[in-house]
Amino acid sequence: MIRTQRLAAGACALLAALTAGIAFPAGAVADETTATAPKVNLVLDVSGSMRARDIDGQSRMAAAKQAFNEVLDATPEGVQLGIRTLGANYPGDDRKTGCKDTAQLYPVGPLDRTEAKTAVATLTPTGWTPIGPALLKAADDLDGGEGSKRIVLISDGEDTCAPLDPCEVAREIAAKGIGLTIDTLGLVPNTRMRQQLSCIAEATGGTYTSVEHTDELTDKVNQLVDRAADPVVVPEAVAGAGTCAKAPKLSSGLYTDREEFGQQRWYRVNVPDGWELRASVSVAADRAVSPAYGLLLRAVTEQGREIVRGEAAGNGRTDVISTGLRYPKAELEEAGDGALPPETVCLQVTHSFSPAGGVKTTPGLPLELTVDVVHGPDESSDVASFGLGRGWWLLGALILTGFLAGLVWGWLSRWRVAVWRTN
Amino acid sequence: MRITRVLSAAALMLGLAVTPAVADSTPSPSASEDGGAPTEAGTSFRTATEIEQGQTATASGSTGDYLYWSFPADAGQRPTVRATVKLPDTHAAETWQIDVYDGLRRRQSCQSGAQTRAVAADAASVEVACVLRTVRAWSEPWAGDPLPGTYYIRLTVVDLATSDLGLPVDAEVRVDSKDIGGAAAVDGELAHPLVPGAGAISESGEDEYTKKTLLASLEPSGGWASGWWSDRWVWTAIGGALAALAGIGGYALTRGSGRPSRVPPGA
Repeated sequence: MIRTQRLAAGACALLAALTAGIAFPAGAVADETTATAPKVNLVLDVSGSMRARDIDGQSRMAAAKQAFNEVLDATPEGVQLGIRTLGANYPGDDRKTGCKDTAQLYPVGPLDRTEAKTAVATLTPTGWTPIGPALLKAADDLDGGEGSKRIVLISDGEDTCAPLDPCEVAREIAAKGIGLTIDTLGLVPNTRMRQQLSCIAEATGGTYTSVEHTDELTDKVNQLVDRAADPVVVPEAVAGAGTCAKAPKLSSGLYTDREEFGQQRWYRVNVPDGWELRASVSVAADRAVSPAYGLLLRAVTEQGREIVRGEAAGNGRTDVISTGLRYPKAELEEAGDGALPPETVCLQVTHSFSPAGGVKTTPGLPLELTVDVVHGPDESSDVASFGLGRGWWLLGALILTGFLAGLVWGWLSRWRVAVWRTN
Repeated sequence: MRITRVLSAAALMLGLAVTPAVADSTPSPSASEDGGAPTEAGTSFRTATEIEQGQTATASGSTGDYLYWSFPADAGQRPTVRATVKLPDTHAAETWQIDVYDGLRRRQSCQSGAQTRAVAADAASVEVACVLRTVRAWSEPWAGDPLPGTYYIRLTVVDLATSDLGLPVDAEVRVDSKDIGGAAAVDGELAHPLVPGAGAISESGEDEYTKKTLLASLEPSGGWASGWWSDRWVWTAIGGALAALAGIGGYALTRGSGRPSRVPPGA
C-alpha cells in the first residue's frame, strides 16, 4: 500500500515537475515545491589531510569526488541538495582564520547536476578542519521550509578548532530546528575521530559510518540522501508546562518537546465519554548519560488522582526510552450522548536520565509525544470470548451433565408413569 | 457408559477434524511475498520501515546504528521476530540485541528466544530472536499485555569496542507468527488496533488514512480481525450437541429396550 502510494506520489511529483518545467523557467518551480521539499546539505572536509592516498589506492579527496559524482547522478527528483566545504580555501597557519574557513560550494536548492559536478571538480585539499563552524553554517543553509532536513558530514579528521565542541554545536542545532538530522561519515577514522563523529550523529538522531572504500562512501551517501527523500511525519513543536493547570491542550497528533534533567513536563488532553486516550512518549538520549535510566508517563485527573501510568526502565547503550498508556473512558448510559463535557486528562512526563560527567545539561533531551483520541468501545464482561468455552474438559463436562440430566429425566418419567399407574 | 465413551470418541474425531480447519480460516499472513521486501531500515520509531509478516526484510547499516522496523500483529497471533546480522570481517567482541515495542511504544517482553547475544571477535554473523506473548484482543488498561496493532522492532549493538563503531553491517529481519486460535480468545475488543496515528482517523470520522499523521499504515493481510470469531463457537456447539446426545442416551438407559416388562400387553 505504501509502495503504491509512494510510487503514485513520485509519479505525480515528476509529472508536476515536468509540466511546471515546460510552463515556467526553473525559478518558478521552486515556489510550489520548496515548502515541503526535503533538503540535504553535504558538508565535505577539504582539509590538507584529504591528500592522504589510502582509499583504494587513491587519495581521500579523489575518492570523495568520485563518490559525489555518483551521488549527484542518483539524487532523487524533488530533493534539494547543497554542498558546503570546510577547510577548502585558507592554506595558512593562522588558527583563527583557518577556523572560519567554510564556504558554500553549491547552494541548497533544485539540483543542476552539471553545475554541481563542476563545482566539486575544482576542490583541492587545503586547510584546517573547522567542523563546528561548518555545521552552524550548514544549518543556516537549510533554513526555511517544512520538509525534512539532513546534513551529511564527511570528514577525515577530528575538529581542529577547540574549544567549540562540534558535538555541542550539533545538539544546539537539533534543539533549534525540528527534523534536522546530522549523519556523519569518517574517512579512514581513528578512535578519537570515531568518538567525535558518532557523538555529533547521536546528538541529532543521525548515524555514524566508518568508510574505508570508495564504493562504501557512494552507497552510504546515496542511502542517506534517499532517506531524506522518504516522506516522514513531521512532529509539531510544543512546550509542556511545569504544572497541569498551565499545560498546553493537545489533540491527536505527534508532538516534540525538550525536557531537561530533573524536569517534569505536563500536557492536557480532552477525552469525551466513550473515547479512548492513547499516549506514548519517548525521550532520546542525545548525549552521554549514566547507564541506568527510566521514564514515567502518568495520566492524572485535574484533581490529581492518577488514572493509569506507563513506565519503562533500562540500562546500557540506548538511543531512546519510551513508554505509553491508554485510558478508555467508559460511556455513561444514564447521561445521554454528549451530555457531559469531555474530561480533561493531564499527562505528566518525567525521565530519570542523568548526565554523564562533563556533559552540558542544556538544551534538554528531545521528547516525542504521540496523542491519539480514538472513538469506540472498550469493554469486557467475561474473560473468555463471549463466555464460550473450549477444550476436552468442557466437552466432558457437558456430556456428563447431559447424560445425568437424561438419566434423571428418564427415572422421573418412569416414576411418574408408575405413580399414575398405581393410582 | 459405553455410549458416552463412543460419543466422546466421536467428538474427539469431530473436534480433531474441525479445529485445524478453523485455525486455518483465521487470517494468516502469506509467506510468499518476498518480491517487494524492504531493503532499508528506519532509524527511529517515527521512521521505522514497515514490513509484513512472512517477509524477509534486509537493510545495510553501520555498527552502532539503531535499526527500526514495524509490523502489524493481530489478536490470536504469537509473533516470533528473528534477525540475523552479518558482521564485518574483522571486529572485536560485540553484543547485539533485539527489542520489540508495541503500538504504544511499550517494551514487550520476549517469552523465549535469544534476545541478546554476545559474539566473539571476528564472528561472521549473529542471530537474535524474540518470541512475543500471544496477542490478545483486549486487556485492561493497567496491564501490559500485547494488543492488536503495530509492533516495532529495534535492532542494535548494545556493547561494542570504539574501534568497531561505524563498521558496515548487513541485517536481515523476519517476523512469523503462530496462530494460537481460540485458546487465546478473550472477550472484548479495542476501539481501534494500537496503530499510532489512529486518533486522526477517529476524529475525521472516516476510515481514510492520511500519510501525514498515520505513522504506520500496514494491516495484516485480510484486515484486522473483527474479534467475534473464535473456534470456541465450534467447541461449545459440539459440546452442546454431545450433551444433547448424552442426555438422550441417559434417558434411553432408564427406559430399557422396548416396553417395560411389568406392563401387561394391551394396557
